[in-house]
Amino acid sequence: MSHLLELDHVTKRYPVGGLFSRQSIKAVDDVSFALDADRPEIFAIVGESGSGKSTMAKMILGNEVPDGGRLVFDGLDIGTIRSREQREAFMAKVQPVFQNPFEAFNPLTPVDAYLFATAHRFCGANDQSHKERLTDEALQRVGLSLAEIKGRFSHELSGGQLQRVAVARALIPSPKLIVADEPVSMVDASLRMSIVNLFRALRDELKVSIIYITHDLATAYYISDRVIIMQKGVVIESGDARTVLDNPTHPYSIALKNAVLPPDPKAAAAAIRLRSAAAAR
Amino acid sequence: MTAAMTTERPVTQAADVLTIRDLKAYYINDLFGVRREVRAVDGISLTVRRNEIYGIAGESSSGKTSLIKTIAGAIRPPMRVVDGSVSFDFGGKHIDVYAEPGKMKAARWQNLSYIMQGSMSVLNPVRRIKHAFNNFAFRHMGLDRAAFRARVESHLQKLGLDPNVLEAFPHQLSGGMRQRVTIALATVCEPEFIIADEPTTALDVLVQQDVLGLIKEVQERLGSSVVFVTHDMSVHAAITDRLAIMYAGRLAEEAPTQAMFDTPQHPYTAHLIASLPRIGDISTRKSLGGKPPSLANPPSGCRFHPRCPIAIDRCSKEVPDMLPSAIGGRVACFRAGEVAVK
Repeated sequence: MSHLLELDHVTKRYPVGGLFSRQSIKAVDDVSFALDADRPEIFAIVGESGSGKSTMAKMILGNEVPDGGRLVFDGLDIGTIRSREQREAFMAKVQPVFQNPFEAFNPLTPVDAYLFATAHRFCGANDQSHKERLTDEALQRVGLSLAEIKGRFSHELSGGQLQRVAVARALIPSPKLIVADEPVSMVDASLRMSIVNLFRALRDELKVSIIYITHDLATAYYISDRVIIMQKGVVIESGDARTVLDNPTHPYSIALKNAVLPPDPKAAAAAIRLRSAAAAR
Repeated sequence: MTAAMTTERPVTQAADVLTIRDLKAYYINDLFGVRREVRAVDGISLTVRRNEIYGIAGESSSGKTSLIKTIAGAIRPPMRVVDGSVSFDFGGKHIDVYAEPGKMKAARWQNLSYIMQGSMSVLNPVRRIKHAFNNFAFRHMGLDRAAFRARVESHLQKLGLDPNVLEAFPHQLSGGMRQRVTIALATVCEPEFIIADEPTTALDVLVQQDVLGLIKEVQERLGSSVVFVTHDMSVHAAITDRLAIMYAGRLAEEAPTQAMFDTPQHPYTAHLIASLPRIGDISTRKSLGGKPPSLANPPSGCRFHPRCPIAIDRCSKEVPDMLPSAIGGRVACFRAGEVAVK
């Protein structure tokens, strides 16, 4: 069975302190997991800020080089990419979706320019009609159309729409893997579900695997198939999402689960009181 | 103990601290003969009682922040109050914010304070935290320097912060610590009325829970009223006593929080509650189609009708009034209570 993505004892250190200091912190410490090529899935990486989950995303996208271990995508070790052709072929297969769509798009550039640029770069679309066709196809997949988006600037769209445009941009080169780093934390709670449902549809219809990075266990439970929970760079729990999140065993995962506010006033107020009582002790 | 676990506390004196009547505040641009009005707050009436946490929920650009700026009297052109009144009653001291502008200055920070969104932009990044306390609170306390410092330190300790944070720069503190500092800043004068604008939005889940617990604890100790604004309904569920839902510059529904979560009357409220994901439940959650309306050119009639699943003809023609609802609140909908929540 072949793997789409395989992480083999990956470690990343960042130096801390002055120029001559030898101290470093391990942002990611000996993490291994693999995604199957034949079975698309939504793989959630859950943790607080500082747990190393964004560093993982950067390494999978090839923006950071690991200090130890290997990342193998589709049989190719990401660390060995040297030529521009190889890098572009890799980028076409692994696409990112970022946290804040209002920061991902330059407010002075119409959003369609990013879509056209992606079509040009990864699909070799040189004439305008070809670019528009590819862009429109991708936008249709996320429930929008080019007619709605053309010539619009980021401030003219709502956060939910803009994040869907960001997903459409990632879909243009027909990637095999989408790395979504906190894609819903900056989107309004009422629009959050439209993005989350979209990821589900991408997995089921387009057979795209998605690495979903989040600190929100409720949405992770809702969409993901497998989950790993990270604390300070170390994977403390992993496995099938429902099994892990229904019965977390590590104290940190239990704390994270309890931190999810239930949408019920009585239970939520009780959770808050429990937490403050525990903090007072 | 069990009584304390619920959000329904008996409100002994139901005196109103804040009364808003038919408030209209528009952003008006009148340049070169082109007039553009953005009706961010359009005919809102509400009251906030003593010793309660009053939540305001709504999407971005629904006018939440404009409403609380108007309440705090912190508006600047091009925003203007067109109609209506905002009045406070601080233990017998009556203040009409827009009729007598001078009075508000004295009440600010002493009676009314503000926990702002984005703690990093509140605190000056190049000055130590103690300067923030001096700048904000010193002149309102009427104490000398040494007594003021002692008071601030004891207040920080009550909130579980080390007094050493006064000597720290904002970037030396974590996001949760900074947000606690802004809460300490807002509560050091023990005000009767606190406005909290998205105080937990940028925080991690664990820190969010701590900050919510802190706000609740401070509110209970001071017996003050809190207006709590956020778009996250599960935060409202955790902390508020009564909840108002804003949609496109108007109130859609207002009710006690528990009753609203049990039986929402307005279809928009029902949608907001039904779309929340829960652990242990993987049934598909529907998301509302369409996009939030533009406040410069809002839809006719009920502003929610283009996105409403149960809209009828009347909804696009007439504006529904805020009328008493079946669950002890108010609702603005012709078909109130007809939508079922899963």
